[in-house]
Amino acid sequence: MKFSESWLRSFVDPACTGHEFSHLLTMAGLEVEEEETVAPFFDQVVVGHLLAVDKHPDADRLNVCRVDVGTGEVLQIVCGAPNAAAGIKVPCALPGAELPGGFRIKVAKVRGVESFGMLCSARELGIAEDASGLLVLGDDAPPGEDIRRHLDLDDRLLTLKLTPNRADCLSLEGLAREVAALTGTPARFIEVTAVAATIESTRALLLDAPEACPRYCGRVIAGVDARAATPDWMRRRLERSGIRPISALVDITNYVMLEVGQPLHAFDNTRLSGTIHARMARPAETILLLNEQKLQLQADVLLIADDQRPLAMGGIMGGEESGITLATTEVFLEAAFFAPAAIAGRARRYGFVSDASHRFERGVDFGGTRRALERASQLVIDICGGQAGPVSEALATLPVRQPVRLRPARVAKVLGVPFTSERIAELFARLDLSFARDGDDFIVTPPSHRFDIEIEEDLIEEIARLHGYENIPSPAPQGLLSMLPQTEQARPLARVRQMLADCGYQEVVNFAFVEEAWEADFAGNDQLIRLANPIASQLSVMRSSLLGGLLANLASNLKRRQSRVRLFETGRCFFRDPQGGPVAGFRQPWKLTALAYGTAFPEQWGCAARNVDFFDVKADLELLLAPIDVRFDKALHPALHPGRSARVMVVGKAVGFIGELHPQWQQKYELPLPPVFFEIDLDAVTMARVPQYAEVSRQPPVIRDMAVVVDLALELQQLIAGLAANRPAIVREIRLFDVYVGRGVEVGKKSLAFRIMMQDTQKNVARSRSRGRHAATGDLSASGICSAAARLRRERNDAYQGRTRRPVVREGRPQQA
Amino acid sequence: MHNLDQIVHAASAAFAATDDPDALEQVKASYLGKSGEITGLLKGLAKLPPDQRKTAGAAINHAKDAVEAALAARREALRQMALQARLAEEALDVTLPGRGQARGGLHPVTRTLERIEALFASIGFEVADGPEIEADFQNFTALNTPADHPARSMHDTFYLQDEAGGVAEGVLLRTHTSPIQVRYMQAHVARHAGRESMPEIRVIAPGRVYRVDSDATHSPMFHQVEGLWIGENVSFADLKGVISDFLRRFFENDDLQVRFRPSFFPFTEPSAEIDMAFMSGTLKGRWLEIAGCGMVHPNVLRHVNIDPEKYLGFAFGMGPDRLTMLRYGVNDLRLFFDGDLRFLRQFV
Repeated sequence: MKFSESWLRSFVDPACTGHEFSHLLTMAGLEVEEEETVAPFFDQVVVGHLLAVDKHPDADRLNVCRVDVGTGEVLQIVCGAPNAAAGIKVPCALPGAELPGGFRIKVAKVRGVESFGMLCSARELGIAEDASGLLVLGDDAPPGEDIRRHLDLDDRLLTLKLTPNRADCLSLEGLAREVAALTGTPARFIEVTAVAATIESTRALLLDAPEACPRYCGRVIAGVDARAATPDWMRRRLERSGIRPISALVDITNYVMLEVGQPLHAFDNTRLSGTIHARMARPAETILLLNEQKLQLQADVLLIADDQRPLAMGGIMGGEESGITLATTEVFLEAAFFAPAAIAGRARRYGFVSDASHRFERGVDFGGTRRALERASQLVIDICGGQAGPVSEALATLPVRQPVRLRPARVAKVLGVPFTSERIAELFARLDLSFARDGDDFIVTPPSHRFDIEIEEDLIEEIARLHGYENIPSPAPQGLLSMLPQTEQARPLARVRQMLADCGYQEVVNFAFVEEAWEADFAGNDQLIRLANPIASQLSVMRSSLLGGLLANLASNLKRRQSRVRLFETGRCFFRDPQGGPVAGFRQPWKLTALAYGTAFPEQWGCAARNVDFFDVKADLELLLAPIDVRFDKALHPALHPGRSARVMVVGKAVGFIGELHPQWQQKYELPLPPVFFEIDLDAVTMARVPQYAEVSRQPPVIRDMAVVVDLALELQQLIAGLAANRPAIVREIRLFDVYVGRGVEVGKKSLAFRIMMQDTQKNVARSRSRGRHAATGDLSASGICSAAARLRRERNDAYQGRTRRPVVREGRPQQA
Repeated sequence: MHNLDQIVHAASAAFAATDDPDALEQVKASYLGKSGEITGLLKGLAKLPPDQRKTAGAAINHAKDAVEAALAARREALRQMALQARLAEEALDVTLPGRGQARGGLHPVTRTLERIEALFASIGFEVADGPEIEADFQNFTALNTPADHPARSMHDTFYLQDEAGGVAEGVLLRTHTSPIQVRYMQAHVARHAGRESMPEIRVIAPGRVYRVDSDATHSPMFHQVEGLWIGENVSFADLKGVISDFLRRFFENDDLQVRFRPSFFPFTEPSAEIDMAFMSGTLKGRWLEIAGCGMVHPNVLRHVNIDPEKYLGFAFGMGPDRLTMLRYGVNDLRLFFDGDLRFLRQFV
């Protein structure tokens, strides 16, 4: 809602400055979103009357004008404007005047002729773009009057961000009523008297949809001049309200809408036939609107129609074929009340909004229909001439304002501060809310212009608003103290994020809607969840993996010359799933995805650079999951290198995957090196367990190193699982510490070196069982898996002669702890 | 005896002339070894007459002690020299950088969310979460915003396609975190069903929300934090107290001005918009919109089977992205969703 402050002040003029006025509105819930001035600063510019215009003796394009500026003295001013003509009135800057931009007017000679001022265009005064000629003022402009005053240029334009509940403030009178309530300054409203009918002409009205349109008023005005000029004051107020003047009849309907809040419509009466109906649209009915949109209407759209055809979308927009033109001589003026429920959302459905629909869907004062019609009739007759017929009115059941009970004790409870009955009564009186008393309670009947007072809380808000939210205290709150749960069974997400950050990964946040290709390439997803109204085609599909976003981040960071990139994101992913919930049909798990690219460590001295690989990232994931047992099963994944990818298994459940990007995507997305990443269900990483004490052995541990040569293809996990399953109780830990392939080991085999830690809680292993030859390892070797899969041997240094990379192996003797 | 002094003197000089332990031990042998001079003198004692033996013996032993003392001193000196040499050799350029992995960091909005969670936890607020593809019912209807309510045009909602390519009925991308309120209250009521009174609800719900809006100050995805406190005695004044306290703690600034002005949300009544202003710095004196809030509308409570006569309370929704921008001086919202390491690394 945009309006001119001076127009509002013509209704109510509280003693406050412009800024105080804006603050007042904002703090009452009518937020002033924008404040503009009408004109920039300038001074000493007055109305000048051009008495004579003569050619400049020495310049073809210049004129010498004699100008009456109301002082009795006539000024000689040289002017180059093409429209300078004797008799017109224009803005005249006097010597000493300052124009916008600090430009000062002095007495000067122009081509030998003295000039005592300057005649101005609209552009030179900074009030419009027009620089084609002098700004011509009305004939009634009094010479010498300050132009700022004459054109009301000290006015300010305010734009309100009105909330949908305050439809009553979508008019100047409505705003005036509000300002009066807030300040106590009385408001003066337009005095409207009924225009007497001087002709008989009427139209019959029929309310076929009385719930959607319970009141319809109309009147014929014949003999109007549609070409009449809109008066300057009306044009100015419309323009300052952001409405472009079109023609007198249209301007009048818009003006009255702004003034009193009632949208009106003017039909060309000669294009109507028979009775005016307010009815719902029929199947497949179409209408061509004033905005040249042709619509096929749905059955819940209200139409204004005559006996032949639809004329207008009721309360939304008029039709092209029944509207007024400059040739119109007879108008049928409509003022109606359309129920908000019958208008709400309809225009938006067809992709537009109108000033009328905006007001009707929020609620227009159904008590003011006829007054608005009379006001508009008077303006039509004043401006366009013509003879008015009698007002016809069709009336069904208007909304009934239900009384609302207000309990002062409830006010105190909701607002946290007590209000006396006297104070409440005073505030209600300022708001024109009429009430009766029932004991302590107030029984309030809201007025017809308020659509937002239905329950006690609505009245409480009015009390708080008028009292001032600023005047309600803000004490420290009091509540019952009870501790929040602190589970140890789960790790807070914050801790997980911090762990990843500590491992060198930077957190990012990406959009949840992604490019369709990512879903195919990186997730193999053919059950896409598409947006119906994406903001861009590359943001049209809900992601089922966070990977695409991280790869895009990687690519853009590489372009910004970052060569080492480690990223992670936590966020929801989205899947179609008939069993999903809580929103039926969808599963929306949280995932954690991390990506590493470039060198394993930042470039640094004393540390050879190497690129990050599968096992670096695996270590980070293991760290993240510890102490929960995790297994990695070789598995294929559409995003991953088939030989370098694994499914992550936690407690027997697949929770994600890890691997190196498939070379084909590396090529397609133009990445110089393959990134390594994992994606895992967040539930798996936030799992934790409460530690359980086990007795600490006082016996010294015995450590044995052992190497096994096995088939190259044998997976360590199988071997370890076999060893672990068959281990004697004293074996505490079996740990791989080297893998060797090369000279000294048969082709197609690999040598795996293990360190085995044995410890008994009761006896000294070193003295008893391991004193002999490898009692414990002997037990291990007896386990089926070793004999079947491998040739188990004692480790000997000489077995590895010629190795380039020797494992660190200790002599097979017990180490004392 | 003169000879003994000479021996001691010569030994001391010989010891001092050595500069490594091996040489010292060899020199020692020539005085104290089996055929060393001192040893020879001691052996020669036997040949002396008994009356001289005692004094001569004492003198030789005295000289031997002196030689041994010189030897020990030289050993210690050499040990010290060796130690000094080793220390000198082992000295590092301690100004070289340390080695190891670099640290990553958290997203700036995550920092903010964690601080918000901690501040509200300190007055007993739990953290809740909810789905981002949300039901129309939870996002709008249960929040007192039925279909065609004008307030729906305040949200430019993302809808999903159905299998036939049309607009899917009843689901959308949540436009705010308020539906979590609804889900949390539903669960809370179910948990305490059948009891005479229900414990207070104190919860905040951070999350990502979506609106069809994209320009310099709007992102189609952004963050919100919802807060909810329902009890038998929770008022609008409490709401003002909690939010003012929060903002001053969050910005660690007791001079911060906070103002509440009337506004409208279908799911609260009375409703307010919260503005804050710094009293110093580049934004001094400017009112900045920070959150929307209000007393939970009785219809919302009824929708989740809470008796609005017995229980009441407030809800608020604020923008952690904006809080983050104000806190760290970030001037472009889009930086948060761009993944630019040069930007993100500033928040390590």
